[in-house]
Amino acid sequence: MDVRRLPLLKANDAQLKAVSREGGLSLNLNEMRAVQAYFQKIGRDPTDVEIETIAQTWSEHCVHKTFRGRIDYEENGRREQIDSLLKTYIFGATERIGRDDCVSVFKDNAGVIRLDDEYGIAFKVETHNHPSAVEPYGGAGTGIGGVIRDILGTGLGAKPILNTDIFCFGPHDMPTAQLPKGVLHPKRVFKGVVAGVRDYGNRMGIPTANGAIFFDERYTANPIVYCGCAGLIPLNRVEKSVLPGDVIMAVGGRTGRDGIHGATFSSAELDETSESLGSVVQIGNPIVEKKMADALLQARDEGLFRCITDCGAGGFSSAVGEMGHSDARRGGAEAHLERAPLKYDGLAPWEIWLSEAQERMVLAVPPENEARLKALLAAEDVEAASLGHFTDTGRLIIKYKGETVGDLDMEFLHNGLPDIAKRAVWNAPNRRDPVFDEPDDLTETLTALLAMPNIASKEWAIRQYDHEVQGGVVVKPLQGLDHDGPGNACVVQPLLDRQTGVVFANGMNPKYGDIDPYWMAALAVDEALRNVAATGGSRQRTALLDNFSWGNPDKPDRLGSLARAARGCHDFAVGFGTPFISGKDSLYNEYRDGETGESAAIPGTLLISAVCPIDDVSKTLTMDAKAAGDAVYLVGRTRKELGGSHYYALRGDIGASVPQVRLDEARRSMDAVAQAAAEGLLRSAHDCSEGGLAVALAETAFAGGFGMNIRIPEEAAKEMRFDEFLFSESPSRFVVTCSPSQEAAFVKTLKAHGAEGRRIGAVTERPLLVLQDADGQTRLSADIFDLKEAWQRTFKW
Amino acid sequence: MQVKALILRASGINCDVETERAFTAAGADAERVHIRRFLDGERQLDEFHILAIPGGFSYGDDIAAGKALANELVHRMHEPLRRFVEAGKPVLGVCNGFQVLVRAGLLPGGDLGTQTASLAWNDSGKFECRWTRLKPASSRSIFTKGIETEIELPVAHAEGKFLTGEDALLDALEANGQVALRYAGEGYPAVPNGSARAIAAVCDPSGVVMGMMPHPERFISRYQHPRWTREPMPEEGAGLAIFRNAVAYAQAL
Repeated sequence: MDVRRLPLLKANDAQLKAVSREGGLSLNLNEMRAVQAYFQKIGRDPTDVEIETIAQTWSEHCVHKTFRGRIDYEENGRREQIDSLLKTYIFGATERIGRDDCVSVFKDNAGVIRLDDEYGIAFKVETHNHPSAVEPYGGAGTGIGGVIRDILGTGLGAKPILNTDIFCFGPHDMPTAQLPKGVLHPKRVFKGVVAGVRDYGNRMGIPTANGAIFFDERYTANPIVYCGCAGLIPLNRVEKSVLPGDVIMAVGGRTGRDGIHGATFSSAELDETSESLGSVVQIGNPIVEKKMADALLQARDEGLFRCITDCGAGGFSSAVGEMGHSDARRGGAEAHLERAPLKYDGLAPWEIWLSEAQERMVLAVPPENEARLKALLAAEDVEAASLGHFTDTGRLIIKYKGETVGDLDMEFLHNGLPDIAKRAVWNAPNRRDPVFDEPDDLTETLTALLAMPNIASKEWAIRQYDHEVQGGVVVKPLQGLDHDGPGNACVVQPLLDRQTGVVFANGMNPKYGDIDPYWMAALAVDEALRNVAATGGSRQRTALLDNFSWGNPDKPDRLGSLARAARGCHDFAVGFGTPFISGKDSLYNEYRDGETGESAAIPGTLLISAVCPIDDVSKTLTMDAKAAGDAVYLVGRTRKELGGSHYYALRGDIGASVPQVRLDEARRSMDAVAQAAAEGLLRSAHDCSEGGLAVALAETAFAGGFGMNIRIPEEAAKEMRFDEFLFSESPSRFVVTCSPSQEAAFVKTLKAHGAEGRRIGAVTERPLLVLQDADGQTRLSADIFDLKEAWQRTFKW
Repeated sequence: MQVKALILRASGINCDVETERAFTAAGADAERVHIRRFLDGERQLDEFHILAIPGGFSYGDDIAAGKALANELVHRMHEPLRRFVEAGKPVLGVCNGFQVLVRAGLLPGGDLGTQTASLAWNDSGKFECRWTRLKPASSRSIFTKGIETEIELPVAHAEGKFLTGEDALLDALEANGQVALRYAGEGYPAVPNGSARAIAAVCDPSGVVMGMMPHPERFISRYQHPRWTREPMPEEGAGLAIFRNAVAYAQAL
């Protein structure tokens, strides 16, 4: 039989390390010693099935060691100990806020928030960075496929209603000569990733309608691919359980030698040889997943199974191991590997057990329902096999053709991972704001900003996604007169016979992290929430997801910035009253140069996704100017804080004065705008983000096909230069337009919330964006069609 | 009589739920049934008065869009489908469903098993999702009856460029009133796929079988329109008329 035993009992430290390295186990010496001690106690060597099961269960990918471990944190010379980033900052925030509409948080494959009395919305965002770096099409496609299975595996299964995608790439126009060895060109990665998400999402019949794309040189070797999925779930299908005697049923695709070691692969840095690691990345088959999804949702409604989870990283090992584990009772499972349907012969038992072949789910089925469930699945052309059953023996037993190839104590497997302590250091960088004269030609500056890849139109990508399928996307990603303006957020109406809807938005800007990850986190939360508010959603009903993509957490500076960002997440989630309901981290996003041996990390990249149920989709708002004569208001205060701004980036600078979120001010602005939007007092609202006020005004104008006459307020002129006012990225600000007949009511709403809002001009029929300084001097006058052309040209592929 | 509409499902079809909802809104008793039920003999086509083949990627569109499902219809459901069409019952194919009907030969010639046209790759070379303006081009199709002004509907496809082998066939289709809808406006992106003569929908010679690339089921309510936040428009979306026409026609049979 193809089962090896590994000589571990008498191994010395060097040999333990060698076993981990040669087996691709990604276990450190301390962890290998714990494994050795366990097997010394039971007096035998482990099989390959066992050691692989442990390595996978203990992998960074599956257990999130860094986020759960202890951290000795040092900041500007001050030391403290953080017990667990997850418990302290993320769960911690959610617990402190204590919102009872968040019906499932951090315990399932996705978080669930209440939509109405009958339904909830499950939402999850995953990363698929390492696979997308070496095989962009397959990596991104299986990324979206995987997060869809997370949604199908939440509670007893949610029906996917939306995909989101947020990517970070190297510069699309990078000269080939500058590419690190063994690294694909960013444009190729970009195109491959978009094609992968497109082909999987479109075939699944799920609209992809919210996202962002960000460029920075440091993503060249390590692109970031965030794939999100949201689903509709009946509230009485949110809870799941496993009982001893339940059948372990594998459903969906067959098992092959694909994707082996994905979980441990993601705990390693990339280098010039990584591209050859083809077997860890797969090409998905969305039609298999679509059939499975249709069938499983029918089976859910018939109540045929008691528990479901996806086969993701770690394959059966992870799915069966997790389902068989219970905090409440002694769990256990017995699986017979030869019963798994295979794509082809010749797989060793450990390969069957660990394969990460796509499109598979594992169910716990009461024996009396087994036949009915199999018939239902067969009627939908979906394959299923019973692998064994769950037990209460406290043991995970793995058999192959009658022989026991694995026998592990569940308690050891799930709680035997040694405590981890890592060191983290964050020191404020020594930076300064650049000093330069105000440019003579601000039209040129604005045009250049609009053409910057991070700001430019992403229509090329968005149009390749079907954002209309299911008929529920009522606020689209592209908005305005010609359906090409950049929406703040999308709104989905998941049940076509009810007015209930859900706003989805995101916030991310890694540039601020170069100055201070704490404020980067605050700004990401603020951006996601102001996008929700600008669309008519209230923060009181909003929940968040956190996704961290960082460098190697074993290096104190990387972990220091991560810890500081996590603290920012906590403080502003609590401050806004918006809990985290799910999240994920992807670490080790580094590339090791084969010649110098030096390793470079991506910038710490925090994505905040927001989900906000609303009662009536007809009370939502888009960002485009709607009518000439409407008043233009700027809500929120502009400060001279241009650190990390795209205006500085245009000059090749970062600066120091990172914008800060003033919670009181931010809450007032958001609440006033959200209420005014929901009450129909506004014609449009657009958040000010990359490029500041000037970019927001230009986008509002050209999306609507109107011009604007704008004059900046006198007080502002005392505090900063005209260009600084235009391009400052102060958060919590909105450009809104309002019909003259509603203006008084809007001003009253602003006052009621104590929000700062000022009329700065009017929408004009004449298609010119005219910006005047406080003295009434025209400083910028540009044809909106020229501005739009500049904004669209960058990615007109 | 309660009109029963069949929404045919198959592996990879993914617009069945919203198509069912559109027929329901139009007054039909709509049911989504997997093609396997018919192949296994559990269900019969003649239980229904309307057949709709929705959009999606049937069998992954792995050979050519709609080809595998078309083969199933031609070779495994030939007789019941022929009877259904000969009885004059409405058949509607949207997007992938249109591709299926063309590859099965029911469109434009009405001859099951004889393909005379094709839906080829978009001139842009990629999948595109966008709203299009459409203008009625004839009154032969029973589905577009009463549509006399431009309407807007979204397209979402990679293979939607309507082509025939010879121009003569296009002339004949036009002369015979079989071009039901055209994209309004000229050039890309008004004609999103480069379709010959801007054809968006065609019907068979009888007008009772129609295929279209745009998705009428995605515009049943005003909130599905991309400009509902900026323009006055009726509560009901323009796509609903197509389903109402089918139901009314079946009712009168």
